[in-house]
Amino acid sequence: MNLLAQVNDFNPLLSSEVVVAQNIAFTILAAIMLVSAVRLVTTRNVVHAALYLVLVLAGAAGIFILLGAEFVGVTQIMVYIGAIVVLFLFGIMLTRGALGTEEEGNKEPRLMASLVAGLLVVVMGGALIDTFGDAELLRSAPSTTADISDSIFSQYIVPFEATSVLLLAALIGAIVVARKD
Amino acid sequence: MFLNQFLLLSVALFAIGVYGVLARRNGVMVLMSIELILNAVNINLVSFAAFTENLAGEVFALFVIAVAAAEVGVGLAMIMLLYRNRRNIDLTELDLMKG
Amino acid sequence: MTDLFIFASATAELAENVLPLGITEGGAWLLRNAWIIPLIPALSFVGILFFGKRMPRQGAELGVAAIGIAFVLAVLTGAAWMDHRDNYHGDEVTQAVIAVDHGDAADHGEGHAPEHPSLAVSNTMTWFQVGGMTISVGVLVDGLAVMMLFVVTLVSLLVHIYSTDYVGGDRRYTHYFAFLSLFSASMLTLVISENTLQLLVAWELVGVCSFALIGHWWEEKPNSDAAMKAFLTNRVGDMGLLVGITVLFFSVGSALPDAFGSFSIATTNTLANSGLLSHTALLVSATCLMAAVMSKSGQFFLHTWLPDAMAGPTPVSALIHAATMVVAGVFMIARLYGVFFEGFSIGGSSINLMAVVGGLTTLVGASLAFVQRDIKKVLAYSTISQLGYMVLALGVGAWTAAVFHLFTHAFFKACLFLGSGSVAHAVHSFDMKSDMGGMRKAMPHTYRTFVIGSIALAGLPPLAGFWSKDEILAGTGGWGLFGGTGGNGAYTGMLIMGMVTAALTAAYMTRVIYLTFFGEFRGHGEIHESGPRIVVPLWILAGLAMVAGLFNLPPGFQLVPESMQERFGHYVEPAAAYFPGISHASPSWSLAIFSTLVVMAGAGSAYWYYFIKVEAAAKASGQSLTELSNGPTSRWPLAKMGHNLLENKYYLDHLYTGIIAEGTKGPLARAVYRFNQQVIDRTVDKVGETAVVSGQFVYDKIDQLLVDGAVNTSGRLASEAGGELRKIQSGKVQSYAAILFAAATVLAGILIVIV
Repeated sequence: MNLLAQVNDFNPLLSSEVVVAQNIAFTILAAIMLVSAVRLVTTRNVVHAALYLVLVLAGAAGIFILLGAEFVGVTQIMVYIGAIVVLFLFGIMLTRGALGTEEEGNKEPRLMASLVAGLLVVVMGGALIDTFGDAELLRSAPSTTADISDSIFSQYIVPFEATSVLLLAALIGAIVVARKD
Repeated sequence: MFLNQFLLLSVALFAIGVYGVLARRNGVMVLMSIELILNAVNINLVSFAAFTENLAGEVFALFVIAVAAAEVGVGLAMIMLLYRNRRNIDLTELDLMKG
Repeated sequence: MTDLFIFASATAELAENVLPLGITEGGAWLLRNAWIIPLIPALSFVGILFFGKRMPRQGAELGVAAIGIAFVLAVLTGAAWMDHRDNYHGDEVTQAVIAVDHGDAADHGEGHAPEHPSLAVSNTMTWFQVGGMTISVGVLVDGLAVMMLFVVTLVSLLVHIYSTDYVGGDRRYTHYFAFLSLFSASMLTLVISENTLQLLVAWELVGVCSFALIGHWWEEKPNSDAAMKAFLTNRVGDMGLLVGITVLFFSVGSALPDAFGSFSIATTNTLANSGLLSHTALLVSATCLMAAVMSKSGQFFLHTWLPDAMAGPTPVSALIHAATMVVAGVFMIARLYGVFFEGFSIGGSSINLMAVVGGLTTLVGASLAFVQRDIKKVLAYSTISQLGYMVLALGVGAWTAAVFHLFTHAFFKACLFLGSGSVAHAVHSFDMKSDMGGMRKAMPHTYRTFVIGSIALAGLPPLAGFWSKDEILAGTGGWGLFGGTGGNGAYTGMLIMGMVTAALTAAYMTRVIYLTFFGEFRGHGEIHESGPRIVVPLWILAGLAMVAGLFNLPPGFQLVPESMQERFGHYVEPAAAYFPGISHASPSWSLAIFSTLVVMAGAGSAYWYYFIKVEAAAKASGQSLTELSNGPTSRWPLAKMGHNLLENKYYLDHLYTGIIAEGTKGPLARAVYRFNQQVIDRTVDKVGETAVVSGQFVYDKIDQLLVDGAVNTSGRLASEAGGELRKIQSGKVQSYAAILFAAATVLAGILIVIV
């Protein structure tokens, strides 16, 4: 974005009050997401884990809206929270009793997993900080649904169709795998 | 806002997701952790879309959501099959490839 | 790529020449639209695949109808071609080429330009464009293509009809007809291919169909093994095809001003003929393409898959492994003859790779046919031998003779295969020695057609095989006794090989006829003649085996008017710029008489052995015999050794699986083993030995616990290290995933640090 343009046409989205509000919102959302995510992977109760997942996903939707991607945010709420989490709850219900709570004991996998995760954070975080430093994210206007639909149905029509075929294949595959025969 | 605050959030979520995939023994939990990873990727895509004012990132975030739905469907079907055959969804017991 | 573009644009500024290609874009509608012929079986394939099971005859009727229509169209196309050949005077397509001051270019190109070129009909459309290159797809119809269209559709039609009886009631009847249709479509596409890329696609498709049909009864392990062997052996040659085509593509591009390559067959051949391509490039590509021919057309030493391919249903063997697919290699040489002719310098020499491969193949095939018990394997080796004949003929420059032999061979060999199928259908076995014998009374039609096919194969006048075989022998130009026959060189060695094979062929066919149709029946149960759907195709093929030779009576054959001489050569041999200027051998009465005598000698000695000696021994012992108990193999050690060599197929399969495959597998395993033995074991041994020796030596002086402890520790360390390593192979997906993630992260970190 060009600096002159910013100076010339004042944009309420970029005013300092708004930016402060955005930062506050981000902090709250990020805190909720991180805490829920940690609880999600550590809780022993699978149903609780699914509910923590809802929190993380809702937080992500909030982040999307904060980033001006309203359509993605709304889709996130509808598809993820509306459909996928319900699917998970069904899955938990149908496999109930199987390892509802994990027993204590073998700490080795957890140790190894924490090491790998820590390594990931160090490498990726270091690379990001090194590369983007303090690059400002200044969005002048949210993207509209019309823009996204134009983009999908012109430039990305082939991936879109491929995705629909993939969904169909997954549908058939899931039925074939799961049916009793 | 800085670009990095979103990216680092995404890194944190990704790492937590990887931890879940590697440490949990319950198949459903592993699937949920994969969802975390996918969400981290989505946040990354959307932040870069906002950063570069380019819609490609958002469009692909939508595709990722669609693919995630497909993945959960197939994944849960496999876990159901596993459960039906072994009355158990502990992934650590699936060690047929043990050397 | 960029370099090539720059090269092409830089050279475009040079002076340009224009070469006529010998093709035209005009011509009759049927010739320009020959692609309809393969399209019909292709549609039938789709139809049978989707609706076959629901049809009253399970899809067979659709396959027969489709190939029938294709056959009618092929005949009409042939008629159109004859008219075109004699009466067409349209515009010739030309190709701009870079003028090269090439010394001998003139005598290559202009020297042999025919006065009245017979222009091939070419009709192309754009297939795809990539990087500024337009790849086209289309048809190139000339006498060769039209002849192949006729042969393929005719044999395929007869095999379709035959199969409705032979394969009737099979569990994969519909699937079988679907693949027959797909095969016909691919083979027809192959023969009208306009460029080498299209040819490659069709080539692979016929390979796939061959694989599927050999393994038709895949429930039995030998059948699926045979299919795998055929497929894998063909892959070896396909590599050669791929490399050869690529070399040709860029080689042609070097002579074109506006493109960096071309797949077009007409352009490739014309440039090769005109001497604009480097001889090295042509030699390399011709040698690579030869590998493809060796695998597809069963040439020595990649022929071993063909006898095993007899595991498929017999009609498939007749269609694919005798009449059509295996001649794809021969067809490819004939199609790209300019490349081979220049690459191997066929004209004016007396030996080259192609002629040697063909000559060896024809001898190897004929000798191996002697020791087979399985009637189809005899025919398979005979096919190898005859394919060797064709390659030999092409190798000595006798193009027309080779293609004519391809034509006649398709009929008599298909006839023989279908005849053997008819016999096997009756006795439910292919084993001549244990289940056949004396079948001439029960199966008169099969017997008569089989004998006609055998005589045609052996090459006695006036049946088909005689004319084509004699042309090949004359074409070698090696008949020096009475002043030679001309041709492209003095290939005396090839003439001798061909002569020996002719005698062997007559002898082994006599053996097969005796074992199958004479003597006493050795099998079980009642045998009956096969039904009309089997007998009628047999008689049609036998009829063609009798008369097909008359299509190409030699020039100067005084018994018929001149207008009936050499009709086949006139219509099939291209006389245009894309065909090299070959010289034709003149036929020789003395050679024809001599070769006939050789054939009769071969047949006579086998007749003497089987029909007289074995028959007499059988009478004396009162049972049906298949060989003499005190035959030459039991009396002479040398004969016994020869027999063993043949029984083991010249040990080629041992060479491939035992020596080459084991040889690559073995050293690896041995190297690892040696490392294990010499490095690891020896280290451990040495540690142990040292420990023991020092323990004994200083037993009193040093505390025994110390030594013991050291030994124990080293043992425990080794065991623990192994145990730790073993944990990695836990079989647990998550620990594998952890390693994957960790490794990826570390690698990413290294990349970030470096970049």
